[in-house]
Amino acid sequence: MMTFILRRTGSLVLLLAAVSFITFTLFQLGPSDPAAAACGQECTPERVAEARVALGMDQPFLVQYADYIRGLFSSRMIGAPGAQTLCEWPCLGKSFQTNENVADIIARSLPYTFSMAIGALVLWTITGVGLGLLAALRKGSPVDKFIVGAASVGVSLPIPVTGLFLLLLFVNQLHLLPFTTNEINSPFGPQGPGAWVANYLLPWIALAVLFSASYIRVTRTNMIETFGEDFIRTARAKGLAPRTVTFKHGVRAGITPVVTMLGMDIGLLLGGAVLTEQIFSVPGLGFTAVHAAISGDLPVTMAITMLAAFFVIVANVVVDLAYAAIDPRVRLQ
Amino acid sequence: MTQLHTTAAAAGAPASEATAPFLEVRNLSVKFPTDDGVVSAVNGMDFALERGQTLGIVGESGSGKSVTSQALMGLLKGTSAQVSGQAMFQGKDLVTLPESAMRQLRGRNIGMIFQDPLSALHPFYTVGHQIAEAYLVHNKASKKQARAAAVDMLGRVGIPSPEQRYDEYPHHFSGGMRQRAMIAMALICEPELLIADEPTTALDVTVQAQILDLMSGLQEETNSALILITHDLGVVAEVCDNVLVMYGGQCVESGPVDEIFYDTQHPYTLGLLNSMPTLNSAASQLNPIPGQPPSLLDLPKGCIFSARCQYAELVNDGLCASQRPQLSVEDGHGKRCHLSGPQIITIRNSR
Repeated sequence: MMTFILRRTGSLVLLLAAVSFITFTLFQLGPSDPAAAACGQECTPERVAEARVALGMDQPFLVQYADYIRGLFSSRMIGAPGAQTLCEWPCLGKSFQTNENVADIIARSLPYTFSMAIGALVLWTITGVGLGLLAALRKGSPVDKFIVGAASVGVSLPIPVTGLFLLLLFVNQLHLLPFTTNEINSPFGPQGPGAWVANYLLPWIALAVLFSASYIRVTRTNMIETFGEDFIRTARAKGLAPRTVTFKHGVRAGITPVVTMLGMDIGLLLGGAVLTEQIFSVPGLGFTAVHAAISGDLPVTMAITMLAAFFVIVANVVVDLAYAAIDPRVRLQ
Repeated sequence: MTQLHTTAAAAGAPASEATAPFLEVRNLSVKFPTDDGVVSAVNGMDFALERGQTLGIVGESGSGKSVTSQALMGLLKGTSAQVSGQAMFQGKDLVTLPESAMRQLRGRNIGMIFQDPLSALHPFYTVGHQIAEAYLVHNKASKKQARAAAVDMLGRVGIPSPEQRYDEYPHHFSGGMRQRAMIAMALICEPELLIADEPTTALDVTVQAQILDLMSGLQEETNSALILITHDLGVVAEVCDNVLVMYGGQCVESGPVDEIFYDTQHPYTLGLLNSMPTLNSAASQLNPIPGQPPSLLDLPKGCIFSARCQYAELVNDGLCASQRPQLSVEDGHGKRCHLSGPQIITIRNSR
């Protein structure tokens, strides 16, 4: 078990190194010039050159990259010679746009993304797995057909459509929920958990409609297959109660593909739900990343890309561990 | 001698609880509605069984052997299958018994062993846990007591160092060991009736003999009744008291094992016996029954076997193709065939 975790941590570091290098390279090759952007409207070639020095972009590519990586391990000085400022560890650079510490930008955006992801995750897992299981247990019945039909509709509704529709209906027309505000980003804030739920309920639903549709289908298919297995017949032949047969023997065996999906989706979602954050004006990681990418703000884009990659990789490790916990055949020596 | 068929006896004496057979199946039928039509998997099975006896049910794949056993176990309840007829077991009709009551019998009074022990055991739970679970459903016991019972049972089915093996998973066991574990699971509550559905098919020949010995031994210990479903006539000859030969969901011949083997009354049974290769036969080719079993979606109007029967033309008026023969029972030996006794003897002797 220990070697497994060590090995996975090792590959995590390697992957992050690769992701950071690729992002860095892409940015160098890209069409945007952050120095020109930073020097403003009335720009002379001299001022662009100054800005380039100030942003550290006069250095060779590999030196820039090495400086960046060094900042991940210790504080470093940033800026033009003579006008350097300290970038404290963990130094992800400073925003080309606002000169703000990138670590602070991330720390500010992260709670919004977490708030959105956690609620949506709980909502779609419960509805997706629950309805999928119900459909599998009632295979062929009208209930099953209704659930499968609803899932097909849900999976084909893009977030902008559901999101705007939900806003229109619940906020504009029915006045049941408030407009989303940036002031709430934690259930432990001064407004309390109720306000937190009310603030994020619509983004949660919008995400859950999209995600639970595929969870319903995967759960249903896998559970139907599992309920046809010989060991389910054995469980019934023992005289076990239907509940025990369904959950202890059936769900545990049929749920593994759902666990995989869940891990991947959590990882992706923590990297920022770009569309949802845009529509509900939630300043999370996705929202920040889009604005950074458009304005050529390399340090911010880099940091969010790496963080997203980190979440995906960690989620994968967690999925592997969960697999081992569920299925003894993959238990690690 | 135990009578496999009790119709004659039941007509003479007034039926009472004491004289009623331990298990009596009458006109058991199972149909599966499908998109292509109704599949008639079992079409009117009759048999009876006493404690301490072993009944072998023999037939090709798709002859309805497994469906019969699943109907008796009530495993078809809650599915689309339509089960009709009667199966009296200890005064209860297994066909009409509600699922909740059936559940009390399953595992406790009727145990079942399946064909492939690897897929029949749950891959995610230890072997011991699965056996103890079967004990706990039907007994008021602590987990510790259940564990002790399961360890004891694992020892009785011949698994060495059962205390350690209890905590191992099915994939740690060899094929024979897994089937021993299945047997332990089926017998942990000492059921009076054990149904074994091809228990040795997935095993090596050497292991097959061990498993059969084990089952016979345990059956003697507990004086239980055993229904052994198989397509292996060698297994039948070794273990069974009575045999029931199935074809197209019907019993075509039944009786004491010696009579089935040495006084065969049905052309299908003759074909089965003939198709068995023997060690001392000089023939280099197998001797199968020509043709295919009938489609269960559309059974022939006449004898179900008539299309493959070499002797159908011996019967006058094309009776074999037009009229389904009844099961006629004589001295406990039943056959479902239009051929007369002397005709059968001539056929047997001509082989």
